[in-house]
This record gives sequence, C-alpha cells and structure tokens, in this order.
Amino acid sequence: MKSGKFWAWVVFGIGTAYFFIPLLATFEFSLRMRRGVHSFDAYQVVLGDPRFQATFLYSVVAAIFTIILGVLVVVPAAYWIRLRLPQIRPVVEFITLLPLVIPAIVIVFGYIRMYGSNSPLPFLSSDLGASALLVIGYATLALPYMYRAVDTGLRTIDVRTLTEAAQILGAGWSTIIVRVILPNVLIAVLSGAFLTFAIVIGEFTMASLLNRPAFGPYLQNIGANRAYEPAALAIIAFAITWGCMSLIQILSRFAPKSANRPN
Amino acid sequence: MAEPFLSIQHVRKSFGATTVVQDFNLDVEPGEFVSFLGPSGCGKTTVLRMVAGFEEPSAGKIVVGGKDITRLKPNQRNVGMVFQAYALFPNLTVAQNIAFGLKVAGMPKADADRRVAEMLDIIKLPQMGDRYPYQLSGGQQQRIALARAIAPKPKLLLLDEPLSALDAKVRVSLREEIRSIQKKLGITTIFVTHDQEEALSISDRIAVMYGGKAEQVGTPFEIYNRPATKFVANFVGTLNVLEGKVTDAASGKVQVDTQEVSLKGKLNGSKSGDTLSLALRPEAISLGRQPGHDASLSGEIAEVHFLGSVIRVRVGIGGNTVSLDTFNNPTTPPPAVGDKADISFSSGDMLVLH
Repeated sequence: MKSGKFWAWVVFGIGTAYFFIPLLATFEFSLRMRRGVHSFDAYQVVLGDPRFQATFLYSVVAAIFTIILGVLVVVPAAYWIRLRLPQIRPVVEFITLLPLVIPAIVIVFGYIRMYGSNSPLPFLSSDLGASALLVIGYATLALPYMYRAVDTGLRTIDVRTLTEAAQILGAGWSTIIVRVILPNVLIAVLSGAFLTFAIVIGEFTMASLLNRPAFGPYLQNIGANRAYEPAALAIIAFAITWGCMSLIQILSRFAPKSANRPN
Repeated sequence: MAEPFLSIQHVRKSFGATTVVQDFNLDVEPGEFVSFLGPSGCGKTTVLRMVAGFEEPSAGKIVVGGKDITRLKPNQRNVGMVFQAYALFPNLTVAQNIAFGLKVAGMPKADADRRVAEMLDIIKLPQMGDRYPYQLSGGQQQRIALARAIAPKPKLLLLDEPLSALDAKVRVSLREEIRSIQKKLGITTIFVTHDQEEALSISDRIAVMYGGKAEQVGTPFEIYNRPATKFVANFVGTLNVLEGKVTDAASGKVQVDTQEVSLKGKLNGSKSGDTLSLALRPEAISLGRQPGHDASLSGEIAEVHFLGSVIRVRVGIGGNTVSLDTFNNPTTPPPAVGDKADISFSSGDMLVLH
C-alpha cells in the first residue's frame, strides 16, 4: 500500500514535470528580452503592438459569433434528437466527431472551391463573406465539443417530461427552448462556449488560408520573425485558454440542481 | 345522465403493428373524478396522453365541452396535467413554476401574482413561493405541480400516477388533498393509477382497463361488489375463486368439489354440465354456519395466521382453498390446522365469472 502510494507520487511528479518544465522554460525565456535581467518587456511589446490588438479583437469577435452560431445550431438539434429522434443519435454523434478526423486544411480547401467568386454562394468575394465563412468553419471545428457539452447537459434533465409539462401549460416550441430547456443546460452551453473560444483564439489554418486577420496567423508571423515575443504570446494564449477552463469550473457550481431526482 | 363534458369515442392507438388501445369509449360528466385503473401496459397512460394531445389516436374522436380536440396540439387544449415525475422546472422558483402557464397565456403580472398566492394557499404551502424545487420534499413538489396545473383554470385535469413516486404515508394524505381540491374547484379530472386502493378511495367512477380495453366502468362500489369480468374480479380486491360445475341449471345447483350449493338466479345463460368460476370476497364468508347465510361448504383448516386483532384462516375444500378473516376473540382460541370446518355465505354474494 505504502509503496503503491510512493510510485503514484513518482508518476504524478514525472507527469507534472513533463507538463510544467517546458511551460516554465518558455515563461522564463519570455522574461529575458532585456539583457542580464528578467523583465516583462516582451509582454509590453506584444500588448502594445497594434496588430496584436487588432488580430486579438478580430478573433474574439469571431469567437463570439462562432459561439452564437454553435448555440443556435447545436441546442435545438441536440434537443430535438433527444426528444423525437433518439434512434439517430449514434449517427449524429459520428458526424459531430468528423471535424476531429478531417484536418482543417481539407475543410478549408473544400470551402475555397465551393464558395469562390464563381460560386452561387460567393462568400469569398467580400471581406464580410470570408469572415462569415471563417465563423462557419470555426463552428464546424467546435462542433465535437459544443455538441457533447450540450448533449451531456440535456442528459441531466428529463427533457421529454419537462417539454410535455411546458406544452400542456400552453407553451410553444420557442418558449420551451428559451424558457425551459436553455436555462437548464446553460452551464453545459457555457462549457461548450468556452471550449469554442479557446479553439478559435489560437486557430491558424483556416484563418490563414482564408486570409483573415486573426490572432492565429499573427502568432505564427511573430514566431517566425522575433525571438522573445513568441514566448510571451504563447504564455498569453495559454493563460487565456486556462482562464476559459477555470470559468467552466466556476460556472458549473451554479448549475441548477435537478428537481427530477427527489431526495 | 347530463351531457358528457369529456367524451372519448371509439379511440384506438397502434404503435406499428402493436395495438395498445382498442375501441376505448368513455363519457365523463362535468366535475366528475374518473380513475383509469389497470396493470402496467394496459393502455391507461396512453389514453390519458391522447386526451392531453401527446399521442394522436389512430382512430376515434375525443370531445371536450362539445369541441372535437382530437387533432389539437397539447398547448391548444387548455388541459392541466400532473406527471408522475413532478416535472417542475428546476431553474424556476415555486412561484415562477406556478405562474408559468399564466405568463404564457399573457396574464398581467399583478393578476398572475394574485393567482399564484391563491394557489399556494389552496395547496397549503403559502411560504414556499421563493424556494426552488430541489429544496422541497417529493410530496411538496407534487403539490406545487398540482397548483401549477390548475392555476390557468384548465377545462380538464389529468393526473398521471401522481402519487407513485411518494412514500405510503404522503400518498394517502396527498390523495385526500387532491380529491378535496378537485371537489372544491369542481374540475373534471382523469386520474391514472395502478393502485386499486387509491382508485377505490377517491373516484366517482373507475374504468378498469386490461389489454387496451375498458373491462368495466362503474362506481367503486359496483367495481368491487359487481365485477363484470374475471379480470376485474381478480384485479380489484382479494378474491377467492372456486371451480364449479353446473349440475342443474334450472334450479341453480352447482357442484364444488363433491358438495352442492344452490345459486338460484345467478346462472343466467349457463347450461347443466358447464364449468364455472365462482368468486367470493373474504369478507362475505364466515367460519361456521351463520344465521342469514343460505349456502355452506365443508372443508379442512389448511392454514391459520394470527395477526393480532384479525386471524386469517385458509380452508381447503377439495382442490380449492378459501381465505377468510375472523376477528380475534380473547375467550376462544383460533382453529387448529387440520380441524374440520364449515364455511357459510349468502348465495347472493357469490359472483359467477364467465
């Protein structure tokens, strides 16, 4: 028992070292911009760069639209599948997993061919259209995370009975989704939303090939041309991602407790 | 009979090749409390769900207040429903749950608040408006669900096994409360249950269902004392069934084991030589020959269970066993297993099951 515990700590220590040493090394390197002393100069340079602000703002806006699109598509779809079409759930789960299997570059090349200026839907012929296509592409990339989060949330409530209870009280579909279903899966939706945010903020392939001024291509550009700033950017991106994860944890404490499982 | 308020006419429901409800007919008077009683899978909940609009009948018609509602959506029917699983909205407080239907109907907030307070008073939980469902016991949650269902003043109240998830004590008190609220509001109510005691104790009429059909519709007294079919007789209450053979149809003579009993006027349609199932409620049988009882059978005490105030005795009569209860008498010890004993009863209490 004692030796088992010892080895468990050893494995934990190795895992922690494997994860944190590169991170600490990157952080330490990002502080070396000024010769001979540790400083936050690299962070100052990065945060003061107008391109950083512009690309970061662009990616944040893109992430917000991606989340809205994801919620509008995934919540009604996952709800309807649980309520009326449970038999097609395995098929839908498989489809939502495809973005993990099909590389983003394949998807974006498909988009470029499908939605070029000669297409009936010429998304790529304007900046706004290209940005809209990028948001659609991001929603596809985030689909595995958003669908799973929402579906898990729906599993914790008795979707069918709550729907019927609302229907018999006179509610239509929009009222049921907005006032009954969505509030009860809000934490799950937020989890999906933060995962989406984390994916969108660092995404490079789609934004680069669609020639969008997003944060991912900016990261790559800085990384190719500077020494200390990329390390600072990596730490900033890491902090943003972990900030999102922490928010999921905090918000999950406020999940409504189910009334369907009496004490 | 007054004009029926709810009329279920020749309703049938099939899921694929399986027919779960077949030719179901029922008229319910205004303000009446009717229970659908039957075992699991008998179709009682399906009929209720068709009345609610959650299932569409494969054939037949459902009329409420003279209006055909068969094809209306649930939210267009003005029907209230209480579910077995409470189905309170977990994200809303008790008051918000009760106000849900009122808000959907567009009632002004001040009127809705008044109605919510009135409902909370009716269910005797006036201080609970700010609580969330998870902060309440099962019984309290179900009372809130009842208040939520009746708050919009529905034409019809449907109760789908609302007591089955509760413990025995709460079940009894809540069923009485439901009945008293129903009487007070005069709301026509359909109550689905598989618990015969529940159905017998609170219903104006009971529809006993089996195999997707209503086997018998009648008052609790009729259902218990005059069961129309073998299923109803067996399902409702405890019943002793004796196998007999008609020896003389004209004079009503039936042979049970090797003994003969006279059931004059009860053998309509039977011929001499027919075999019959004869049923007797335990409370209709006495140990020994009693005055007023015109029929008797002899047997042997097979089992004796001393239960305190009551002694349960099982008497073997040939291949049949009859169960009866007698009160404990401190001066007389209970009969012993193996003793010869007579049982007596009134032939009028004997049910002939076809």
